[in-house]
Amino acid sequence: MNDLIRLTMAEAKDGLHRKMFSSVELTEVYLASMERNRSINAYILETPELALERAKESDQRLAKGQARSLEGLPIAIKDLFCTSGIQTTAGSHILGEFKPPYESTVSGNLKNAGAVSLGKTNMDEFAMGSANITSYYGNVINPWKRADGKDLTPGGSSGGSAAAVAGGLAIAATGTDTGGSIRQPAAFSGVVGIKPTYGRCSRWGIVAFASSLDQAGPMTRDVRDAALMLEVMAGHDPKDSTSASLEVPSFEKALNQGVKGLRVGIPKEYRVDGMAEEIQNLWEKGAQWLKEAGAEIVEVSLPHTKYSLPTYYVLAPAEASSNLARYDGVRYGHRVSGKTLDELYENTRSEGFGAEVQRRILIGTYVLSAGFYDAYYLKAQKVRQLITQDFELAFQKVDVILTPTTPAAAFALDEKPTDPVVMYLNDVLTVSANLAGIPGISIPAGLSKQGLPLGLQLIGPAFDENILFRVGRVIEEAAAFKSFLER
Amino acid sequence: MNNRYLYEGASGPWELVIGLEVHAQIISNSKLFSGAATSFGAEPNTQVSFVDAAMPGMLPVINEVCVEQAIRTGLGINAEINLVSVFDRKNYFYADLPSGYQISQFLRPIVGKGYLDIELEDGTVRRIGITRLHLEQDAGKSIHDQHPEKSYIDLNRCGVGLMEIVSEPDIRSAEEAAAYVHKLRSIVRCLGTCDGNMDQGSMRVDVNVSVRKAGEPFGTRAEIKNVNSIKFLAQAIDHEAMRQISILEDGGEILQETRLFDSVRGVTRSMRSKEHAHDYRYFPDPDLPPLVLDAAWVEEIRRNLPELPDATKARLMKDYELSPYDASLLVSEKETVIYFEESLKWLRPSNVKTVKLLANWLLGEVFGALNRESKTIDGCPISPAHLAGLINQIQEGVISGKIAKEVFVLMWGSGKDAPSLIEEHGLKQVSDDGAILMTIDKILDENPGMVEEYKSGKEKLFGFFVGQVMKAMAGKANPELVNKLLKQKLGVL
Repeated sequence: MNDLIRLTMAEAKDGLHRKMFSSVELTEVYLASMERNRSINAYILETPELALERAKESDQRLAKGQARSLEGLPIAIKDLFCTSGIQTTAGSHILGEFKPPYESTVSGNLKNAGAVSLGKTNMDEFAMGSANITSYYGNVINPWKRADGKDLTPGGSSGGSAAAVAGGLAIAATGTDTGGSIRQPAAFSGVVGIKPTYGRCSRWGIVAFASSLDQAGPMTRDVRDAALMLEVMAGHDPKDSTSASLEVPSFEKALNQGVKGLRVGIPKEYRVDGMAEEIQNLWEKGAQWLKEAGAEIVEVSLPHTKYSLPTYYVLAPAEASSNLARYDGVRYGHRVSGKTLDELYENTRSEGFGAEVQRRILIGTYVLSAGFYDAYYLKAQKVRQLITQDFELAFQKVDVILTPTTPAAAFALDEKPTDPVVMYLNDVLTVSANLAGIPGISIPAGLSKQGLPLGLQLIGPAFDENILFRVGRVIEEAAAFKSFLER
Repeated sequence: MNNRYLYEGASGPWELVIGLEVHAQIISNSKLFSGAATSFGAEPNTQVSFVDAAMPGMLPVINEVCVEQAIRTGLGINAEINLVSVFDRKNYFYADLPSGYQISQFLRPIVGKGYLDIELEDGTVRRIGITRLHLEQDAGKSIHDQHPEKSYIDLNRCGVGLMEIVSEPDIRSAEEAAAYVHKLRSIVRCLGTCDGNMDQGSMRVDVNVSVRKAGEPFGTRAEIKNVNSIKFLAQAIDHEAMRQISILEDGGEILQETRLFDSVRGVTRSMRSKEHAHDYRYFPDPDLPPLVLDAAWVEEIRRNLPELPDATKARLMKDYELSPYDASLLVSEKETVIYFEESLKWLRPSNVKTVKLLANWLLGEVFGALNRESKTIDGCPISPAHLAGLINQIQEGVISGKIAKEVFVLMWGSGKDAPSLIEEHGLKQVSDDGAILMTIDKILDENPGMVEEYKSGKEKLFGFFVGQVMKAMAGKANPELVNKLLKQKLGVL
């Protein structure tokens, strides 16, 4: 039975349909694994009873031949997705024991496709972080270990989801990505993670961090699973005015089309200072694989890349400072009383928000303030336009862009940077796709000298996730990466 | 500059500069960005969606009806419609503002420059510029007087769509300010975009007032909030003007501040200035893409606009030769025009003379009676058909104008029509030469002295004889006939 835990979604789906095992059996395997691996703190809330109930229903549907596309597959939901009647924390103390009376569109889509939710995964508070150390519910430990045996970060903010998928605590999980929060932990944990085009998945019911950048996506064992799961998650939602009114194409069909004749761009500006040599080597190897598979490798320029990070760290906090104003202790969540309304706000928000969230609220408030707005927020918006243009020009020359996902492998929790700006550098290769609103995928492609997973990133034009799955599949096959569970 | 725009201070005349910001609640079944209902007076917190309560992850979706209403209003105030406009967040913390920001339009409103022509009592028309109209959400309501320590919050109003209509500082007197609000209200009512009920808060006015010596640049302004009737608007402006003039004449300075109008004492007072001035940190709402309008849709709305008060007025003046003043009184409320035009259908014959007579009766007798009983035209006990019926009786010579006033009182009290009341009370006018002549002879016989005096040149006494004849015939004699016959009689005597 323990072999079940190594199956991909597609394999497990096949097994369920061929009655090789039941959804209840599969779910029980995962529940046991969750219990065994509680020390990695991947979940904020486990919902085993609900999971088994859902698994039973799935088995009935499977038996009646009424299976839906993800019937009976046990997945995890990042705790940023509101789940009806189930505590949702966003990794923060301020939401207290908040139980939403509604289900986010994306988690609802998964539920309606038959997926069985195992629980809510840990994350950086309000998705603000790159190491899953800002969670009120404690940090997450990467299942992977370095040669020196130190506890490593799984990355963040979707660190719980990444660790759960890598460590066999869920067959797949949802993540959200505002500046790299799916792709960076996917790379650190040796799983596949895709941030779709902005507007591809509805944001309705997802606790907002930075509304113009947030996007939900799947974190999975392989590229096929990502395609399978994204097809279910995506789609136009009239409740989200920024969701795209477009048909969702069949992502699975794109998988085996190969890369012959495709042009793959290598952006020279992504050779950032401080990039580990082994990352540079992996990047070249990735280009070589694609060339061997029939693609043409073209150098492209994204000249405004160096401004991405500062632009991101103006815009995202600005939006967050406003989005998080609603957590005021008045209507729901944690409240610390005060003698006046202002005191209630101050007490509640001082106690309810952690240091990183408070830092970003302050930055965001500052850059929107009278006298600073033009110099920071407005300028950042203009630079964002230039960054978007960079990609538009590049995609006139190439079909897809190949870069590393992160400048280094996962770091140990006790070596985490104390300077927040150094921590922000983790997003240097991923934020541009968020600013431009275009899709990016991270695929595990090799190991560092210390034996840790490294990811390659593919960035595609808006609403062309298919190209990512198509090229990603070729990289995946060439890399023949062995997951944590396969080792 | 006309003298009436100047306020006299100890140091000589001052000029008033006024700009108005009118918040008009949009008539729509649901809120600006949520599906919650908007009816007035519902139980607290029963018309609140998850979006209105700013639950985590909730997103606004623009209500197309509210957009259409804003466009209609924009077209009604002769304004440019901006085909692209942007929603911004205005950030501030308050307990009745659940999201911590109000969605509004800051730099790019849906409606740009327009104007209103206002008509003053002396017939002068002034054009008041309108800077913009933008869409925004209303906040909820804080109730502070129900508990010694706590405040209660009602979110029913939270998220309801408002149009904020901002005038240029073109207004120069309290009368003009009142006329402007009156005109704006008649337009939104005519368009059906706002019910204009100031007492229910569905139309609220903030007034910016400053004073200056003629020809000088604008002075520092104070903003007066909480003005909830047109009467109070004029009072607030007058008080604020005098307050500012006396400060300046004493060598003081006007603070740029927000003041509240206290309608009980008739004064404005400072809202205690907060320790920290608000910095609203406006920025484009990332949850809402720019609002892009289809030019063809705007044109379709324009084509389907009802006749606006100015056009109705011009038509009434042209078709019925009504005076500008009468016409503007008739069109100031949509219901009055409806009543007037309905009654015209029953007028026999309908010509310039009878229509004018009807208008006079409507604006004089009917309005006088309505005002005495604090009723509106909708509650008028005399139907349009009955009012026209009364005019027809006058026109046909069945009753005199004087008797008509008696009949009117009977109609008001009974709801019956004029012909049956005239019949019932025997008020029919006497137009029989013989009967009138008999009475004339009798009166002249009884007053030989007066006849003597009249003949010796005191022609003023003619009125006396008319009066006596009318009185003797209980007012029912046809006055024209009395005049004619009396003249003949006194002439031949």
